[in-house]
Amino acid sequence: MGSSNTEVEALMGGEYAQGFVTQIESDTLPPGLDEAVIRTISSRKGEPAWMLEKRLTAYRYWLTMREPEWAAVRHPPIDFQAISYFSSPKKKPQLASLDEVDPELLATYEKLGIPIEEQKTLAGVAVDAVFDSVSVATTFRETLAEAGVIFCAMSEAVREYPDLVRQYMGSVVPHKDNFFAALNSAVFSDGTFVYIPKGVSCPMELSTYFRINEAKTGQFERTLIVAEAGSRVSYLEGCTAPMRDENQLHAAVVELVAMEDARIKYSTVQNWYPGDDQGRGGIYNFVTKRGECHGDRSHISWTQVETGSAVTWKYPSCILRGKDTVGEFYSVAVTKGHQQADTGTKMIHLGENSRSTIVSKGISAMHGSNAYRGLVRVAAKAENARNHSQCDSLLIGDRCAAHTFPYIEVKNPTAKVEHEATTSKVSEEQLFYCRQRGLSQEDAVSMIINGFCKQVFNELPMEFAVEAQKLLAVSLEGAVG
Amino acid sequence: MLSIKHLSASVDGKAILKGVDLEVRAGEVHAVMGPNGSGKSTLAHILAGRDGYTVTDGEVHYMGRDLLEMEIEERARQGLFLAMQYPMELPGVNNMIFMREAMNTRRKSQGKEAMDAVSFMKLVREKAKLVKLDERLLKRSVNAGFSGGEKKRNEILQMALLEPLLAILDETDSGLDIDALRSVADGVNRLRSPQRAMIVVTHYQRLLDYLEPDHVHVLAEGRIVRSGGMELARELEAKGYGWLLDEVAA
Repeated sequence: MGSSNTEVEALMGGEYAQGFVTQIESDTLPPGLDEAVIRTISSRKGEPAWMLEKRLTAYRYWLTMREPEWAAVRHPPIDFQAISYFSSPKKKPQLASLDEVDPELLATYEKLGIPIEEQKTLAGVAVDAVFDSVSVATTFRETLAEAGVIFCAMSEAVREYPDLVRQYMGSVVPHKDNFFAALNSAVFSDGTFVYIPKGVSCPMELSTYFRINEAKTGQFERTLIVAEAGSRVSYLEGCTAPMRDENQLHAAVVELVAMEDARIKYSTVQNWYPGDDQGRGGIYNFVTKRGECHGDRSHISWTQVETGSAVTWKYPSCILRGKDTVGEFYSVAVTKGHQQADTGTKMIHLGENSRSTIVSKGISAMHGSNAYRGLVRVAAKAENARNHSQCDSLLIGDRCAAHTFPYIEVKNPTAKVEHEATTSKVSEEQLFYCRQRGLSQEDAVSMIINGFCKQVFNELPMEFAVEAQKLLAVSLEGAVG
Repeated sequence: MLSIKHLSASVDGKAILKGVDLEVRAGEVHAVMGPNGSGKSTLAHILAGRDGYTVTDGEVHYMGRDLLEMEIEERARQGLFLAMQYPMELPGVNNMIFMREAMNTRRKSQGKEAMDAVSFMKLVREKAKLVKLDERLLKRSVNAGFSGGEKKRNEILQMALLEPLLAILDETDSGLDIDALRSVADGVNRLRSPQRAMIVVTHYQRLLDYLEPDHVHVLAEGRIVRSGGMELARELEAKGYGWLLDEVAA
């Protein structure tokens, strides 16, 4: 195995394809955080007074909190005063069309493989692109507006739909929830707001690409999706960031609210910069994602493919409040190089006959460390709740690690909770076997890995499943010697 | 087709093969017998290109090319097939898709068009019947949870699909009950052809009774110490390997 490890490392030195920096003038606040900074953010965004109050309340609470240490990840302490909390491309206040967008910005998107120009004609996908802190272009607004769907930047929603934002923001993830949620509630820069009216099936997949460009800026986006009774929506976010030596913080909050019979599908393909082969640089991805199945028979499904970031700390969760509600979590998390991930989900069963499914696939290569942490809680009133969890780990090489931390709390005797876990290894023997049948090393690895992840990829919208497979193949290219 | 000249090889500095000579022509079936630890599997692995062996001397030519210079997959694409003693399990990889990928890779290297899913499925079902492999196993993950006999039948099925020029069977008979042995042997016999050569590596005579090889070689202490026909295999079955080793030593 000794020689194969060296080979692994030689091959894994693949460059991060999205690691370019866009030269663009931006308006960035100096590093540091105090109430004045928060007031500045709020006023730059032209926010109403109630929003500023919400931010300040969260900030004051955050000051009393301590950074959590329970996750199975290690990183140097984060200096929250060394981060700039607001950055926006300079030449831009309000843009009516794509023609007015800075050409260099558009070029950046093209390098990322999301040509907005094309997206406009590409049927079925609307993109709200978030560049650093300000949303610069929104497409398909009109088509969506006809259906009554609101799909816009969060800062715009705060101004245009204050009643909706006020009612739902913080209703699923209150600012007191955790350290990073409190920080986000105080300083969130932008994000996406989606509102699907009663009975409406959103006519297209909604998609947002986030990108951190400015050095030493944190990105704190805030996403809120509200699906009224009987409505349906599928939402996809994709993430990349340029290469930097220093670490950058990404602390987002995503809240989903599903009313009676509503269905929300939320898919993530996350490919933030993971750091170099020495473990320098890379994104700290500390994200709080939670959905509430508020109404009876509502359904929330999280699907994530996580291949990037230096450190990931993320638990997309479901609160199954209504009766007969369904929560799902499908995850592929890849850690290679020196990446660390502590990820999983929480399924909180409050309603009768609520059901949840967890499928987690962790892949570790080289020095990667991958932990699944999942909570299944069945409250006393949740008669006949059901959960099935399956956590599989795949190891590549002999210096990586996989951990599983399942937490199960059941307070109702009618509950049925099942947990399965497996750990396996991509072995030299398997690769020899495939190659002896004529397959190339790359095809063999990709076949084995895709086989391992199939259950999760099946949950992604078709075009993104293909993208995710490619991303996985690229990110694990030559992972096995 | 295959010409092995004075092949010597070691594992972790320990010499395993010490000058093997073997000539295999199209249409021939050669059996390589020998006691445990004589280097039979090592020879099969080196021919397939497996890592972990150091060739210290000698040369191997296959279809006029230097075999030892070829990558594992290149050897396979040029028609060299190794039916393994311990076929690997590939969880999550559909057996049928795996075989189709392998088959289409081979066809591509022969300059043939890829086979579409429907024709492939028909073909694979037909061939599965010949080796008596339960059709349901085609839909499962490659070898995952298969019994020993099922794994071996699955190997022979792949061999039937890939139609190799040189098939090497590494202890394909080990761990098989008599019925499985017979159907595996039937499958192999059906693949005999004037264009195809086979090397059957085995410890026992019983598979050879069904296959009736043209040549039988005894590998001992890293060398081919005796070659003959089926009568040699029968003699070994009756008397064991001891007398031959004593003779060689003397």
